[in-house]
Order: sequence, then C-alpha cells, then structure tokens
Amino acid sequence: MKQINKPTVKKDAYALLSGQPVFTEDLALKDCLVIKILRSPHAYAKILNIDTTIAMRIPGVEAIFTYKDVPSSRFTLAGQTYPEPSPYDRKILDQIVRYVGDEVALVVACNEETALKAMKLIKVEYEVYEPLLDFRKAIDNKIIVHNEDDYKLLCEIGNERLRNICSHDVTIYNDVDEIMRTCDIVLTRTYHTKANAQAMMETMRSFAYIDTYGRLSCVSSTQVPFHIRRILSNALEIPKSKIRVIKPRIGGGFGAKQTGCCEIFAAFVTWKLKKPSKIIYSREETFTASNSRHEMQMQVTIGASKDGIIQAIDLYTLSNTGAYGEHGSTTVGLSGHKSLPLYNHIKAARFSCDVVYTNTMTAGAYRGYGATQGQFAVESIVNELADELGIDPCELRFKNMVKENETMPMYYNEFLNSCALDRCLAKAMEMIDYKNKPLRVDLGDKVRGLGVAISMQGSGIANVDIAAVEIKLQDDGFYTLAIGATDMGTGCDTVLAQMAAECLECDVDQIVTQGVDTDFSPYDTGSYASATTYVTGMSVVKACNLLKHQIIDEASVLLNVEPEHISFDGKMIIAIEDDKAISLQEFANRCFAGGKGKVLIASASHVSPTSPPPFMAGIAEVDVDKLTGKISVNDYVAVVDCGTVINTNLARIQTEGGIAQGIGMALFEDISYTPKGMMRNNSFMQYKIPTRLDVGSIRVAFESSYEDNGPFGAKSIGEVVINTPSPAIASAVAHATGTYIRTLPITPQKVLLQKDED
Amino acid sequence: MKINIRVNGKMISDDVACDMLLLDFLRYHGFYSVKRGCETSNCGLCTVWLDNKPILSCSMLCAKCDGHEITTLEGLKKDAEAFAYFMANEGAEQCGFCSPGLIMNVLAMEKELQHPTEEMIKNYLAGNLCRCTGYMGQLRAITKYLNRHQGGKNEADQ
Ligand code: FES
Ligand code: FES
Repeated sequence: MKQINKPTVKKDAYALLSGQPVFTEDLALKDCLVIKILRSPHAYAKILNIDTTIAMRIPGVEAIFTYKDVPSSRFTLAGQTYPEPSPYDRKILDQIVRYVGDEVALVVACNEETALKAMKLIKVEYEVYEPLLDFRKAIDNKIIVHNEDDYKLLCEIGNERLRNICSHDVTIYNDVDEIMRTCDIVLTRTYHTKANAQAMMETMRSFAYIDTYGRLSCVSSTQVPFHIRRILSNALEIPKSKIRVIKPRIGGGFGAKQTGCCEIFAAFVTWKLKKPSKIIYSREETFTASNSRHEMQMQVTIGASKDGIIQAIDLYTLSNTGAYGEHGSTTVGLSGHKSLPLYNHIKAARFSCDVVYTNTMTAGAYRGYGATQGQFAVESIVNELADELGIDPCELRFKNMVKENETMPMYYNEFLNSCALDRCLAKAMEMIDYKNKPLRVDLGDKVRGLGVAISMQGSGIANVDIAAVEIKLQDDGFYTLAIGATDMGTGCDTVLAQMAAECLECDVDQIVTQGVDTDFSPYDTGSYASATTYVTGMSVVKACNLLKHQIIDEASVLLNVEPEHISFDGKMIIAIEDDKAISLQEFANRCFAGGKGKVLIASASHVSPTSPPPFMAGIAEVDVDKLTGKISVNDYVAVVDCGTVINTNLARIQTEGGIAQGIGMALFEDISYTPKGMMRNNSFMQYKIPTRLDVGSIRVAFESSYEDNGPFGAKSIGEVVINTPSPAIASAVAHATGTYIRTLPITPQKVLLQKDED
Repeated sequence: MKINIRVNGKMISDDVACDMLLLDFLRYHGFYSVKRGCETSNCGLCTVWLDNKPILSCSMLCAKCDGHEITTLEGLKKDAEAFAYFMANEGAEQCGFCSPGLIMNVLAMEKELQHPTEEMIKNYLAGNLCRCTGYMGQLRAITKYLNRHQGGKNEADQ
C-alpha cells in the first residue's frame, strides 16, 4: 500500500501553521451585527417581566429579543440522527430559566461594546425557585426541572419527566444474583466521575447571513452541520430548504460541538432582522453555558473465583444531564455497553441506569461519551479485585479479557471480528518494563506506583450513522472528493484523501477534499462516535471503485476497445491487446471536451451494521509526594489497536492528545457549583487543563488487528484514547499510597486526607 | 486617542479607544493569525512580539504600544515556515488554533535560549495551552527544529 499507514502531512497544515483566516470568526463579515446574551443569575426561576425600554435607547442597539419574540416549538440541541433519542425540552428563549447561565435575552447591536452596555440596562424580574443541584437527590424530588406540558419525546427512552428522569434502561444477561452467590469473592464499590469541560481552544461561535436567494446561511464551528440544519429548522420553524450550514476549520471540538449551541441565536437574529450577525462566546460562556461531560455515579458489584476468574458484574449508573436532556440516554448507555464487554467471559451481567435532570449546566458529548465514565468504574473495580486477590492486575486481565472471534452479549450481541487487546497489553508491559518493576517503590520523599487499565470504544453507531461521499474526475486528471464529515483538527480531510489516493493509485495531492457545506456536500451524520475513518472511509472506498469503473467504461468508448482489455494504473489507461493507451490527464480533458465526452462523478454511501471496537491498554507510572500529596505522571505508555493505522502521525497525535485529556480528567478537571448553583470553574484559572508541564512523557505504540468491515482494515481511534488514564492513575496512586480514590479528580488533598469526596 | 504602531514593518496609524486591547486592534487590522482563547491570560493563543519580545496581546492595551513595533505570525514568513515544516511533519498541529501563538513563542525562545534542555523548553512554553495534541508532537517538532543544523532535518523527513 502506497498511501495507507503513512505519516502524510495534513492537507491544511500549512494554512493553519501560517495563521490563515480559516476559522469562523475570521470569516465573519467585518461590520455585521454582534449578539450578546443576557443570562440568568438564578439556577431556577420564572421570568415575570423583562423591561428593555432603556436598553433599546442606547445608540447602536438594533434589537433585543426575549422569550416573547421566539417561536414556541421545543427542540433538542443534540446533534443526533432523527428521530433523536434526546427529548425536545428547550426553546430558543424560555420563560423558565433552568440553570445559572440559561439565556434570558439576546442583545443585538452594532458592536460588542454597545451590546454589553445595553445588556446592563435590561431589567428582569424573576420569581426565583429553589434549585435542584444534587443529582443524587433528583429522582422523585419535589422540585421538578421540566414541568412544561409541551415537552416532547421522539423515542422511547424510559422517560419519566415528572420524576426528573430523563431516561432509564436495564440490560440483563443471565441471572447476576444467582452467579454472584457462587463467587468466592464479591466486591461492591461506588465510583464518581465529574463533569468535565471539553475546553477546545476555539470557543463556541457562529455567524449568519441571508444569501442571494433569500435563504439563511449559517457558518459555524460545529461537528454536525447537517444536524444543525435540522436543529435550526426545528427552532426557527422554517423549512430545511431555506437553510444552509457551512463548516469552516474548527478549533477543536471533542464532542462539545456535537451539540448545537449559539447557531440558533445567530440564525434567529439574522432571519428576523434580515441582516448578518455573529455571536462569539467568551471562554466564560463556553465554560458555563454550553455543555460538558455527564457527571456519573456508578455502583459496581463484581464477583470472581479465588483464582481470579471474573464471573459476574452488576453496574448501576446514575447520570446527570443537567438542565436539558442532550445526549442523556445515549451517553449513559455506553457506560455499561462499552465497559462490561471488556470482560466478555462473565457468566452474567446486569447494567441499569437512570439519567436525571438538575438545575446545572446541560451535559452533552465529550470524547469517550459515557464509556470513559463506565470504564473508570469497571476498570477500577477490576484493579481493586486484583489487589484483594493478590493477583497482578495485568495477569488478572489476561485471564479475563475479551478475545477475537467472540460474541459479546453486553455489546448488542456483536461478533468481535478483530481484537489485539492481548497484544496491546503485552506490548505496553514491555514498553514500561513492567516485569522488572514492583507496583510500589518507596523513593524516600516520594512513592512511586504503577497502574493499568484497558479500554474499548466503538467505530460509529451501527445501523444509524450514514456517510455519503462524492468523487469527481476533473480536468487534467485531478479529483475532488466531497465529504459531509467534519474535520475538526482530527485530519479526516487528509485521511479520507489518503484512502481515495490509495484506491485511485495517485498522490494524495491529486485529491482535493471539500469540507462541509450542507448545500453541496453529500449527507453525513457528522464527525462523532468515532465514525469518520470507519464509516465515511468505507464510502470513499466504494465511491472510488465506482469511479474507476466509470473511467474504464468511458475509456473503452473513447478508445473504442473492449472494457475488459483496459487496465488503469492511476496514470495511464492502457489496452495492451489493442495497442492503445491514453494518459489520465488527456483522458480527463477529453471527458470535458464535449462531443464524445462525459463528466465522471461517482457517489456512494455507507452504513455499517456493526460498530467494531478499537482497543487500548495503558499503564501509568505515577509519583506521589509524601509531604504535599502532589501527584505527577512520569510516564504513560499506551498501545492501541485501531485496526490498520491509516495515518501514522495523526493516529499517534490523537492518542497522545486523548491521554493528556484523560490525565486532566484524572487529576484536575472538576466542574463544581456553589450552593446557589453558580459554576465555580468559569475560566482557565479555576478550571485547570494540563499544560505541557503536567503530562510527563506519553509513549504510544500500535498493535493492529485487521477489521474486515473497515476501509483497509481500519477501525476508529478518536475516543478510545481518553479512557485509560483515570483508572490507571487511580490504581497507581492506590498502589503508591494505599488509598483508593474513587471520586475524580484524584487531588493531593484527597490523597493526603485519605478522603474520597471533597 | 491617536496611535502609531508598526506592525510587521508597516506603520499603522489609528484612532482607538483608550481601553482597546492589542489583540482586538490586531484582528481589526486583519492580522487574523492572532487568536483569543480566554479572558484570563491563561492560554497563550494571542502571543505576539512587542519589540521582539513575546507578550500576550490580550493583556496589552494598544495605547501602550504607541511608537513600538509589533510582530505577528504574518510578519515572520521565513522563520515561521522553517518551523512549520517540522510541525507539519510531526502532524503536531491538530486543529491549529493554538499554533500561531505557539510558533511566536518557539521562535522567541530560539532567540533567547541557547541549547535549551527539554525541561527549559517545557517551562518556556508552559503558558501555551493546547487541548488537542498532548504536547508530545510539539516537543518532537521543536527539538528537531532546534537541531536542524545537526542533521535533524533528515530525521523529520523519515
Ligand atoms: S487570549 Fe488567552 S492568554 Fe491571551
Ligand atoms: S492543535 Fe488544537 S489546541 Fe493545539
């Protein structure tokens, strides 16, 4: 293979590295209207009155919109395939505000300064309600977060709105209680993962304008342009045919931008005023009024025999979706369905879950999407089990881990085609010299510990994600590849071009990838659920093969030979028997020449009936300072099985980046609220993400399996890489200090005080 | 108030509000490489040079730059390209939103530190946040760039 498994430079590398204006804000019209949002200071309240008269008098204020001005339909901001499993529980602006930061009024002015000045002059009278802040007390609380009658559900998700239950589910495999009774050892533990901010460097932002045809165009930093088109149509109550969504370069997403955010405001203002407008969220707004990872509390019971064979696992997850239900029912599902199958030989399992509403910021998608939380619980209890039994944690995993060619009852009964998890773990052990290192070493003023975790994710959502691509032969013989998948820095524009180049036997430079514009790009559900390489990649392979056939058929007409005689090597089209040949360049130009020519375009779409899991093993070496409790990750080794690696550089960077985020989750990142429901961590001062001083050394390797259903044997990589740090570091700290911290993040205070909750 | 700032060698005269930040001034004048990532001087995305020294343009009033010289990534074509080559070959720019600020600081570091150790590099650049890459690829690119005259280039080519 010439283009696959290569460190191909990203197509946008030099534009990005020279600071070209390719991001949303760079592209916004210079003198467009600016939108600022007046937000609720209360966690739960009803707006009794809004007085905008004085604010409207400020010169330069164009309009102020309140709940009285917006359409009444409820919708969801979740970027999911229709019918979305997220409740239609929000409006553009609502009379009820459900968390501190919820939108109260849109101030539209000629510039930011004027908008902010006017905002201060709006008078709002609230009827303040007591908020529901603790998600552990949400079910059947007397405070009901969604009391409205026009609340709408499109799917059966076990919703009981009046009990604050957004969704509920149970999956049972054999009789867990019965198997537990036969176990030599049964452990029950509760783990708690916090809400984390995705904290991509580019905050939320959109701008909108009316195009030549009177349609609404919205340029937005989003992972899901086609879903945004639907969301805008729902929110504004206008047909989708009137809406165009354009995705420029995105400054990171990690799932945050799989949920709509400020698009609805820019679109609404522009549609209403018929003037261009933009909205750029501050970092504070992005922290406090967009979305985060779902906070989850998980109770796990594990049963095993003395020799360390795990017999049964029982997991209950309680998840906090915050004020609105975006991604609630689906994230929680992954906490079980992507953790329990790691121990596929268990005789019985039960996974039950509740997702609850509270008056905190809405949760959404964040890399790992529930699997991260569930694996923290399951991997941690497996580590605790190993320690209880006195069996090495790696050895315990080799005894129990899922293997290739097994059917996975807790993973939707899917058959596991490809799995190199055992090789991943063996390699990780070798990289860190595991065999020669004890789990605990006393270094005098520090103690060193080792901890391990394994992980899986999916590759797209089986039977739901759909991706189409269109490839055209252009004059001189280059190709344009139109995709609906969104490159958010992950490099899919390049990775998909590598696949096309491999199929068409040309250089990557000969493939021009066209990013997303809902008017011109073929439909794609978007870049999330680790779907792009695997699902969209398959469409690329299909479309390229079709185009190749078209080239041969058309060449047979032009050269007047049998198609069977023709071979095409990417450069030359040759019919040896007939002694005829034509270069691709000349052929392409003849196609465009009228008369005999024919423009060649191929398109294909792909849906996968399965979601083959990528796997990973991670081992952390951690030092804990005896005096201060300071925890530093010296060394993190990770080995990934993402099937065939398409781009060796980008896969490595993804892995390193995911681990760094995972280290942040394990050690610092913690969204918390004041007793009044105000988020404490509204800046990088209070919400620490890892700097380059915090990540130690991260070492990554690959052990590939071959996935028959994926393009060139590939599976996904985007999400699996964030999952191992939390459980591996927790176990390393426990080995070092003897204290098991089950509530993230693992802070020096918790370690020193040997106290789990904060 | 009236100010004269030389940006990338070209004089810009403007009448600005006295509380206008250098970051907003630069973006207003089309230097779009300069990004904002926070309001609390934590991210380093807005790094530019003031009289050849790296500063955070979000924490600098443009009034204070009156009569001074500002350099942004747009003004560093050649040096920036040389470093960009190593970044691109590592795939160390993911979304690229943090790249301009990082590059400004790396090039400033190169002028300031002689043969920095890995620790020195990490400390110098600690204020440049990146949420995508985990920093390892950046470090590989920086090391190879700094060693480029000792055959580091070949290594990056592999
Ligand atoms: S914008 Fe974040 S430090 Fe300047
Ligand atoms: S590459 Fe995205 S923040 Fe650094």
